[in-house]
Amino acid sequence: MSTENLIACHECDLLQRLPERQGSYVARCPRCNAVLHRAVENSIDRTLALTLAGVVLFAVANSFPFLSFKIKSQETQTTLITGIIDLYHQGKWEISLLVLLTTIVVPLIQLLIQLYVFVPLKFNRIPWNMAVVFRIAQNLSPWSMMEVFLIGIIVAIVKLVGMAQIIPGLALWSFALLIITLAAAAANLDSRVVWDHVVYRR
Amino acid sequence: MTAATMTSADAGLLGCHSCGLLTRARSGQHAELLCPRCGAALHKRKPNSLARTWAFVIAAFICYIPANLLPMTVVTSLGKAQSDTIMSGVIYFFQHGQWPIGLVILIASVVVPLTKLFILIYLLISVQRKSQWRPAERTRLYRITEAIGRWSMTDIYVVTIMVALVHVGNLAIIEAGTGAIFFGAVVVLTIIAAMTFDPREIWDNMAPIT
Repeated sequence: MSTENLIACHECDLLQRLPERQGSYVARCPRCNAVLHRAVENSIDRTLALTLAGVVLFAVANSFPFLSFKIKSQETQTTLITGIIDLYHQGKWEISLLVLLTTIVVPLIQLLIQLYVFVPLKFNRIPWNMAVVFRIAQNLSPWSMMEVFLIGIIVAIVKLVGMAQIIPGLALWSFALLIITLAAAAANLDSRVVWDHVVYRR
Repeated sequence: MTAATMTSADAGLLGCHSCGLLTRARSGQHAELLCPRCGAALHKRKPNSLARTWAFVIAAFICYIPANLLPMTVVTSLGKAQSDTIMSGVIYFFQHGQWPIGLVILIASVVVPLTKLFILIYLLISVQRKSQWRPAERTRLYRITEAIGRWSMTDIYVVTIMVALVHVGNLAIIEAGTGAIFFGAVVVLTIIAAMTFDPREIWDNMAPIT
């Protein structure tokens, strides 16, 4: 029996044949309903476009203050980094590190890896060690938590709005757009397209 | 026998966790087998999954106690310090008419982590007792634990933002409390616990497919 076109469900281990690649579709396991494969048409173009947009938004979101807090004449502005630095200075380096990793380091590494993989693929080249690099990006995904951070911002605003004047900054809108862009990039990334490009010895 | 009636373990194949490639399992080989396509280590099932998941679940439960007893935030204003734990914060918001916020914190910091831990314990026990009861529904429960865990981070982010924004001279300063460290540990441990659990173990207890 050839293993070509066969796939084992990652949640119940059922062996099955993948459908012929044709446009966008979602293949589910008939036994446990797990998503086996999300095929996306033009995945390389779409992922690349959204990743490029993501890099720009990431730079803006982390360079400008996202909230200002004003009591009488005193104003405090904050970027994501200042919050992380303040936590570190309060001796809470564990939380500081956790926030740094989940909202800055991991999303940034994922964006850079997607650039590293999809720019060459777009021009029909295969980057050096693509399989290993792309595997790292896949394993990191559970630790990228930008969308949760946005909920955190909203809760903080509502909490503080009675105490003082809260002024949303430029970076707040970039954060919102960045989260939508990252989600769209993930939804359009068809990892099988990447794996099909890997040359290996059977 | 067609492919649609057997598992990859029955067929002597190992599915790669990263790229999905199926590789023939060779018997009598002691060295760790690597996926020829992406280089990830290949295993029939996640190694030691039950013991590891139990360990992370128990560790998370232990950390959840100080996470609730110790303060998440310490607000110092005009020389007076006030500590708030997760529950005292939630109660404060409910009493002051800001119930939507109280509800968000209650769900993210209490409901989500506890639901996740109890589901994992149930799945672990059901696998150990070789239960054959509703495997598809139990797999769906597992998918829920995988999806909801990250949302517990909400309160950690709220504390980070408050700490950064509120230091108005000597008038008011917000500091993160020790409880926040334990709560962060709970979130990380429950996420790892869900990762180490292997839902295929649920199906291994089912009668062979005919």
